[in-house]
Amino acid sequence: MNAQELSKVTILFSGDSGDGIQLTGSEFSHTAALYGNDLSTFPDFPAEIRAPQGTVAGVSGFKLNFGSDAIHTPGGRVDVLVVMNAAALKKNLRELKETGFIVANTSGFDKRNLKLAGYDESVDLLAEIKSKYRVIEIDITKLTREALKETSLGTKDKDRSKNMFVLGFLYWLYGRSLERTSAFLETKFAKKPEIAEANVSVLKAGYHYGETVEASLPRYEVKPAKLPKGTYRNISGNQGLAMGLIAAGRQSGLEVFYGSYPITPASDILHELAKQKNFNIKTFQAEDEIAAVTSAIGASFGGSLGVTASSGPGIALKTEAIGLAVILELPLVIVNVQRGGPSTGLPTKTEQADLLQAIYGRNGEAPLPVIAAKSPSDAFDAALEASKIAVEHMTPVILLSDGYIANGSEPWRFPMSSELASITPPMVSGEGEEYLPYKRDEKGVREWAIPGQAGFEHRVGGLEKEKDTGNVSYSPENHEYMVKVRAERIEQVADGYAPLSMEEGEMSGDVLLLGWGSTFGALKVAAQELRLRGEKVSHLHLRNLNPLPKDLGEILSNFGTVIIPELNNGQLVKLIRDKYLVDAQSITKIQGQPFKSEELVNQVESILQKSTN
Amino acid sequence: MEENQSYTAKDFATDQDVRWCPGCGDYSILKQVQTVMPDLGLPREDIVFISGIGCSSRFPYYMNTYGMHSIHGRATSVATGLKAARPELSVWIVTGDGDGLSIGGNHLIHLLRRNLDVNILLFNNEIYGLTKGQYSPTSPEGQVTKSSPMGAIDHPFNPLALAMGSDASFIARTADRDPLHQREMLKRSHQHKGASFLEIYQNCNVFNDGAFEMMTDKKGKPFHTLYLEHGKPLVFANGEKGIILDGLQPKVVEIGTDYSESDLWIHDEHDGMKAYILTRMFDNPADGLPRPFGVIYSADRPTYEDLMEGQIAAAQEIKGEGDLDELIAGRNTWVVE
Repeated sequence: MNAQELSKVTILFSGDSGDGIQLTGSEFSHTAALYGNDLSTFPDFPAEIRAPQGTVAGVSGFKLNFGSDAIHTPGGRVDVLVVMNAAALKKNLRELKETGFIVANTSGFDKRNLKLAGYDESVDLLAEIKSKYRVIEIDITKLTREALKETSLGTKDKDRSKNMFVLGFLYWLYGRSLERTSAFLETKFAKKPEIAEANVSVLKAGYHYGETVEASLPRYEVKPAKLPKGTYRNISGNQGLAMGLIAAGRQSGLEVFYGSYPITPASDILHELAKQKNFNIKTFQAEDEIAAVTSAIGASFGGSLGVTASSGPGIALKTEAIGLAVILELPLVIVNVQRGGPSTGLPTKTEQADLLQAIYGRNGEAPLPVIAAKSPSDAFDAALEASKIAVEHMTPVILLSDGYIANGSEPWRFPMSSELASITPPMVSGEGEEYLPYKRDEKGVREWAIPGQAGFEHRVGGLEKEKDTGNVSYSPENHEYMVKVRAERIEQVADGYAPLSMEEGEMSGDVLLLGWGSTFGALKVAAQELRLRGEKVSHLHLRNLNPLPKDLGEILSNFGTVIIPELNNGQLVKLIRDKYLVDAQSITKIQGQPFKSEELVNQVESILQKSTN
Repeated sequence: MEENQSYTAKDFATDQDVRWCPGCGDYSILKQVQTVMPDLGLPREDIVFISGIGCSSRFPYYMNTYGMHSIHGRATSVATGLKAARPELSVWIVTGDGDGLSIGGNHLIHLLRRNLDVNILLFNNEIYGLTKGQYSPTSPEGQVTKSSPMGAIDHPFNPLALAMGSDASFIARTADRDPLHQREMLKRSHQHKGASFLEIYQNCNVFNDGAFEMMTDKKGKPFHTLYLEHGKPLVFANGEKGIILDGLQPKVVEIGTDYSESDLWIHDEHDGMKAYILTRMFDNPADGLPRPFGVIYSADRPTYEDLMEGQIAAAQEIKGEGDLDELIAGRNTWVVE
């Protein structure tokens, strides 16, 4: 193949939410991953299942950044914009680089589509665009129908395959094999062989179209990435999180009970776990968010690892019950796959605005550990770590993910189960005559006795407890003592952290970029870029947000400027300023979209300029 | 496991002082539950009492078993998770008319339709006690309370009709002042495999004294109550009156000249349609119908936890017990050399 070699490419597939854009994007990702590219993806779709056809509101997108270099983000502006209709162009044209090109389905640019997208119907839009960008025009609808003219499928069914034409064409453009997607289609439509066959032939038609139609079309090659040696798979955040919970069950010897009420973007965790019943995972689709968390508390009382997950609105509903788990001192993992808020907010968009809710959002003094996943593959480790803290410290733990991590995917050099950390539940031993349910060890952790253990019968509850015995107590001194003990025991969780290390840069310098959660990739790339420009920038990313690591204070003091970029109105920055009295600077973005690394670079530069002026 | 044959009621009492108001109906219920426990043949460590919030919900602190005093309205959902996780445990839920039917109404109906094998004891005193005397979802219309000085305008729930409407597989009614019947109903609730819903009329002598007096004092009881027994005719008023079904309408008849016992409605616990009529013998005091006590309905239906365990067993039979490494690797991997 005579092709131009590129080190990375960003493609944005876009079309109507019924056009199969998500499937097209994820198939291209799987094929690229199997080929050995490093990659990062970002699906972005409307909250409505079928938003009004042809309108800008109904545009669904799937962004994919793949390369032979290390990839940490889904990329900034894109090299290739695939538009199935005029609305997709209207929404996404600003995402296209000046040097990029467009693949356009011309039948999506008829008068009706122009009108629905809000363009002037009398203008030849594509011709106008062509004066600025290279546009590969293909009448995909027509060619798809033609490819299927021998079949008995109706026009509607034929048109459903048109995403495969685009995919086939892009496979040709980037010299990719059709094998993985063909096999996928045959499995997906195993019960409808006619549909499977139609999709595969359209996929091939798209590929052959590239070969036959225009000798002038450029082709590109993106070689496999030089990733660390090992065996890889592709993983999404919700998948990784679900697997981490299953692994936690195995590592602790506890049954996992997952109580959950469907909510975007957390539901896929429930779907993943419900498929793995043979791992003795109990999934319970509760009647509401409160039942989801309280059933998990009931299961934990019975000796299971109780887990519940939701997004912001659902977490708000679970709040009282999380307080109960705090005072009971039972293991519980609460996953918050954050989305734009407040209230229903932006259900399908990403945001990091529930950090303060996680740390402070309960009545009374109710501290608990809070940890955050930083990428789709890291969601596995984060789920395992959250479970380990919950079980070994007998406490509810909030694990923060977000829509970007949940739906995004990346290659993962997965571990062997033998390499995973063990989890040791503090079960009671002995005969139980002396059992005091709230007597603590040196870490402040009580011993766990579960129903069925003779001699350890005891009662727990939400009323304040007497020290050691756990009996109801209204004593003023006892209450103050218990509040302090519960705070101290959570502080002691930090004793188990590994020392902090930089993602980029040295342990001291001019600027520290301090982040948490899904901004990891964008911060890392921004730090690399700033360092190339000669700035003494380091990047530190926090896994543990409560309690904060004990070595963080000293690290902060080793930098002239601390900058905290977040996808909220400034939340971690409040915690850092409060705890360390550091004049940390804030960079915020609250658009339901992840940071682009170039945005961060520009904002850091402008903060630095201000401070030198 | 402890030797359970040697249990007495005292073995189920804790060292905690019982703090209900003197004269509260809850004392009788606690005593009957502690009395019945040794007869159930269960090791004490396998019994769990879960409650929500309210006067009745202090119950677990006084039972020397495992127990949890949870949060308002959630005893049913906490118990659902516990029973699903540990099907072998005997799980008892103690709740009240506020806890179970108002703030926790949603979980109650869903527990009933799912049919977990738990025993729900709903202490109905038709008032909010712990918050000091507001009307509850079972307070009759017009009841004057602190929060309804001109009379409650809320139409009350009929708890057993609500349970029937939620497809409960066992519903029964008893009263705090009838210890023998209470013990029998507690045993029947325990014996039923599936969710048992036992409504216990409980007198709040501080905020709603005498709410059920008509049905519990010696004078009124024979004429205002009907004690149901499976396969037996519906007879009350010391054997002088009975109930016939006129179409779908229950009617009180005098036994003697016009009607004999063989003409009466014969109680069949398994008849859901008639059970619904029994739950509605509540609606109109002018009908002169007595209030039915006893097991109104009982049906065999698979339990949620059995179905859940069944799916796990079926999945394991097909796929084996789950290989973590295979799961983590998934089906599409590639190697970077």
